[in-house]
Amino acid sequence: MKTAEELYRILTDKFGEGVFELKQDQPVGPWIIVKAEKIRDVAKFLRDEPGLRFDSLMCLSGVHYPKENTLGVTYHLFSTSEKHKLTLKAQMPEDDAHLPTVEQVWKTADWHEREAYDMFGIRFDGHPDHRRILCPDDWEGYPLRKDYQVQEVYRGMKVEY
Amino acid sequence: MTKVNQKGPEVTLSPPVDAGNGLKTQEMVVNMGPQHPSTHGVLRMELTLNGEIVTKAVPHIGYLHRCFEKHCEAMNDYNKVVPYVDRMDYVAAMNNEVGYAIAMERLMDIKVNDRVEYIRVIMSELQRIASHLLALGTFGLDIGAFTPFLYCFIEREKVLDIFEKASGARLLYNYIWIGGLMNDVPADFKTDTAAFVKSFRPKIKELNDLLSHNKIFIDRTANVGVLPGKVAINYGVSGPSLRGSGVEWDLRKDDPYSIYDRFEFDVIVGKGEMGTLGDCWDRYIVRVWEMEESLKIIEQALDQMPDEGDVQEAIPKKIRPPAGEIYCRTETPRGELGYYIITDKSTTPFRVKARAPSFVNLSVLPAISVGAMVADMVAIIGSIDIVLGEVDR
Repeated sequence: MKTAEELYRILTDKFGEGVFELKQDQPVGPWIIVKAEKIRDVAKFLRDEPGLRFDSLMCLSGVHYPKENTLGVTYHLFSTSEKHKLTLKAQMPEDDAHLPTVEQVWKTADWHEREAYDMFGIRFDGHPDHRRILCPDDWEGYPLRKDYQVQEVYRGMKVEY
Repeated sequence: MTKVNQKGPEVTLSPPVDAGNGLKTQEMVVNMGPQHPSTHGVLRMELTLNGEIVTKAVPHIGYLHRCFEKHCEAMNDYNKVVPYVDRMDYVAAMNNEVGYAIAMERLMDIKVNDRVEYIRVIMSELQRIASHLLALGTFGLDIGAFTPFLYCFIEREKVLDIFEKASGARLLYNYIWIGGLMNDVPADFKTDTAAFVKSFRPKIKELNDLLSHNKIFIDRTANVGVLPGKVAINYGVSGPSLRGSGVEWDLRKDDPYSIYDRFEFDVIVGKGEMGTLGDCWDRYIVRVWEMEESLKIIEQALDQMPDEGDVQEAIPKKIRPPAGEIYCRTETPRGELGYYIITDKSTTPFRVKARAPSFVNLSVLPAISVGAMVADMVAIIGSIDIVLGEVDR
């Protein structure tokens, strides 16, 4: 079982300074911010390194931060053998949001990444089945962005609720 | 009339093969669902078939999508989210509420008193029994066994009666609130629940005689849809579907929340009794014996439950949590339900994401259905026990 500080030190030793940022003093648990383009290597390292063994991706969520004009992806990791948890965050500019997929590391990410694409328009480079999942394929816009405007007409049907 | 430019689905099939008798065979694509009785709602499976063997299965979901997460952001009150979480997994609404309430309480650092904790545990375990009964009954129904379905529903009704007495509703309760409960349980709650526990225990044996060890049922489910434990973890499968693969993993034990550390119960895992470990029958039998474990928890909770205690903590009507975020997970009948809640200092949730167990469990379907027969697909879908309200949210 390792704390976030220990994990942060292991990660900076492996990938060098400037890739990670440790955020503490939060009401519930610290998190580590990781450079978006490095996420796949980091994920693979976290899964396979003895002593870390993050074999389970609990949750992958997209988040829109309208004040900073960024889109973020939050990874909640857990190790079933070592019993430790880790929250990783990647942030990207709103107009060019893309980052490598972790689908090959944890299969859980397959549908979760499709959902994040569907709801936030975050693109996951290298995803084998990069389609919308919940909305129809020809839906316009990304519903969970804070500035989302619902389309007025969809296939001749008025969209209103 | 509006013209719609609709593209047909792009399907690539293998070229026709000469069968040797002057005929040619070719793969075929069949849509199973969305209006198929075995898909438990509106799930569409795009099956590529070689004769009757499934070579590829692609689930299409989203028919029930109403963007629960957007609704939450439109509520200007954290309490108003509770009825919405009911409607995710609508056959296990209590468990959804408990998860949300615990997440918010951890975020705001509220401690609820023991009476509330015990009522919540009893309610969640009763709900687990009700949900498993529905899962087992409809699973039998899918396979072609009609009678067990009716037997299961008789017992499920008794649980719903207890819920109705407490909350006024039979399906969507809005009973467990942040910081407590909607109102206290009725005076005869303890006797009702104890009577149910007593009457229900022999019914599990009845169900086993009727369905579990039925030769036809075993033939239809054993060695079908085998899910190895390692694959299940990598896909994030949780709940009875994971335990059916022999992985001893239960959040009530392994990441305890509420007061589950006070009870003695076993984690049921599949053993491959009737065939390969992790087949449909294993996933089924795990649910059967989990009901027994839930009964154990309810009995202990009824014994320990204090009679005094305010069921609503003194929290403001409009909740204003500190800015922060939390990921909190609980064990529902279908597996790990996680809430990822981000708050700013306002009374409106900034982001509420639900990691729905059915959504994640369903994603393993393409991996375990290759090589199965079309009729086995029905068994596999039934054994994963999905609720489409939760898959699509």
